[in-house]
Amino acid sequence: MDFKLPFKMTFWKVVLLLIWLAGLVATIIRVTGGLGASTNLSDKYPWGLWVGFDVICGVGLAAGGFTIAAAVYVFHVKRFYPVLKPTILTAFLGYLLVIVGLLFDVGRPDRIYNPLLMGNFHSALFEVAMCVMFYTTVLFFEFSPNLLQRLGWSGPKRWITKITVPLVILGVILSTMHQSSLGSLFLIMPEKMYIFWYSASLPLLFYVSAIAAGCAMVIFESHLSFRAFGHKLKDDVLADVGRILLVVLVMYLLMKIYDFTARGAWSSIFIPRMETYMFWLEALAGIIAPIILLSIRRVRLTTVGLYATSICVISGFMLNRLNTATTSFIASSGVNYFPSWAEIAITVALVATGFFIFAMAVRYLPIFEHPETHDRPKPLAYQTEETLELETLDLNAR
Amino acid sequence: MEKQKGLLIDVTKCIGCGACVSACKEANGLPPEIEEELSADSYTVVKEKDGMYYRRLCMHCEDPSCKSVCPVGAFEKTPQGAVIYHANRCIGCRYCMQACPFNVPTYEWKKRAPKVQKCILCYHRLKEGKATACSEACPTGATMFGDREELVAEARKRIQENPGQYVDHIYGEKEVGGTSVMFLSAVPMGEFGFPTNLPDYSLPQLTWQALSKVPSVVIFGGAFLYGVWWIIDRRMELAEYKAKRKETDKS
Repeated sequence: MDFKLPFKMTFWKVVLLLIWLAGLVATIIRVTGGLGASTNLSDKYPWGLWVGFDVICGVGLAAGGFTIAAAVYVFHVKRFYPVLKPTILTAFLGYLLVIVGLLFDVGRPDRIYNPLLMGNFHSALFEVAMCVMFYTTVLFFEFSPNLLQRLGWSGPKRWITKITVPLVILGVILSTMHQSSLGSLFLIMPEKMYIFWYSASLPLLFYVSAIAAGCAMVIFESHLSFRAFGHKLKDDVLADVGRILLVVLVMYLLMKIYDFTARGAWSSIFIPRMETYMFWLEALAGIIAPIILLSIRRVRLTTVGLYATSICVISGFMLNRLNTATTSFIASSGVNYFPSWAEIAITVALVATGFFIFAMAVRYLPIFEHPETHDRPKPLAYQTEETLELETLDLNAR
Repeated sequence: MEKQKGLLIDVTKCIGCGACVSACKEANGLPPEIEEELSADSYTVVKEKDGMYYRRLCMHCEDPSCKSVCPVGAFEKTPQGAVIYHANRCIGCRYCMQACPFNVPTYEWKKRAPKVQKCILCYHRLKEGKATACSEACPTGATMFGDREELVAEARKRIQENPGQYVDHIYGEKEVGGTSVMFLSAVPMGEFGFPTNLPDYSLPQLTWQALSKVPSVVIFGGAFLYGVWWIIDRRMELAEYKAKRKETDKS
């Protein structure tokens, strides 16, 4: 997990190259032999690791992008500015990888643009596809100042700074829509899903848990960047992210308790079967352990404590999405699906590529440079003191 | 308006000869090999359990999940009742297969440009006013083609006139809001692995309850966020300005 090493030690370089080699072989099999040759999917089990992990987990883990952007630009929590850029970068990379993952998963990647031409407004997947497409564009613009600064193009950079607030609000709306709609994908299959994971509240549960995962990713990647490049953040920034994470997790826990009570799911939580174990693993790692850890001041205020907690939340989150998308369907499908080596190889290669590009970007772009000025973008009316004075006087007159 | 067509399959009359399967394969240009399960090469199969024979095929829902979930609108419920598939739209996301309550759509897993495959109620024949190939081939009348309304009436009549011979349930009359293909049987269809926990309302409305809220999320969410931004920004601006003026007043 320590990604400073690919650049300094040959061992990790070799590992990365091996992962890419395996990914390449798997890609060749996928392209030449189709889904049948490369995956363990079948007519009875049409969605597997690529949908469950590469797409559904990937989008959720990138949720830090809209959360932190909203905090900094909409709610003016300027303390979070130092984590904004790496978070936007992670989100942008995350979405790009999700799109690459989708290209592997869909049977006709050559028609991937079809939803743009012939959308079905009743399909949750159509909504997700459109939002992912537009939000990736938004993220590109949010990320672009780093590139423009590096290239020394101040003109376009100023132009983008001007539209930052509408851009961020658009990003928050698009994210709210598709993070929740990833949950809506499952609403139509109540009879196929195991009791722990089907709920009419899936859209809301997915939305809130994505925010938690996003916060955890901020802590996780800040810590990794620190270890790899020595970019030290003030600890209190991450401790604040940790506090938000705690609040979101408690909210999620309460929603889950309400949901389980409303659906009468409690009676199933001790039935000894595979689904129960997976559920407990998910609940302990993703909700209960981090809530306990974050409630302890000493944990919340130390880098290592926060880092450990973020790993708990991220694993719990991934388990939740994988459980919802795969474990939940095993009983009703009657098939024991386990991903093929090619499915795993491509997934691992995508994650490794994400780490690699992140490390490269941090190296060559001003991601962790603390900006000289980061004035919040102002609408034109406020730009001179005269207009401000006039408005103030006007207010006083009233 | 054209009347909805349908099939009534009476499990008690089926002798398992497989004539329907062969006729289907011929009518739809599928390879003639007989298979055990539905596949991209078999739109229907005949299966046996405890000496009873039953068919598997697309149920042609009134409000089909496959049509609802498809992001590119590749499925269509025709006025004749057939649920058909437009392969030229399909991107291969396989959401239709995942969402189908009867696990009917299948995929051409081995092909490099794969399509989804499923029974289309011989739509090409329906358009010409003909019955489905399977019903025409059936030697015992176990698969009966007709107007859906009439088929329901016929099914009721059979249940009433032959007490004890049938379970008092027309499978597909109400399941997921009704289907164009219906079954009559001496044992509950659950015995043959058909889902019995289906609601009698259409499943797509479960998605729609969430999706229909999207426009209001966009409008109110956008307005709310912009409002929050504006208020906080304005307050900070005023605070800065006041602080500055205090300084200038002092000096």
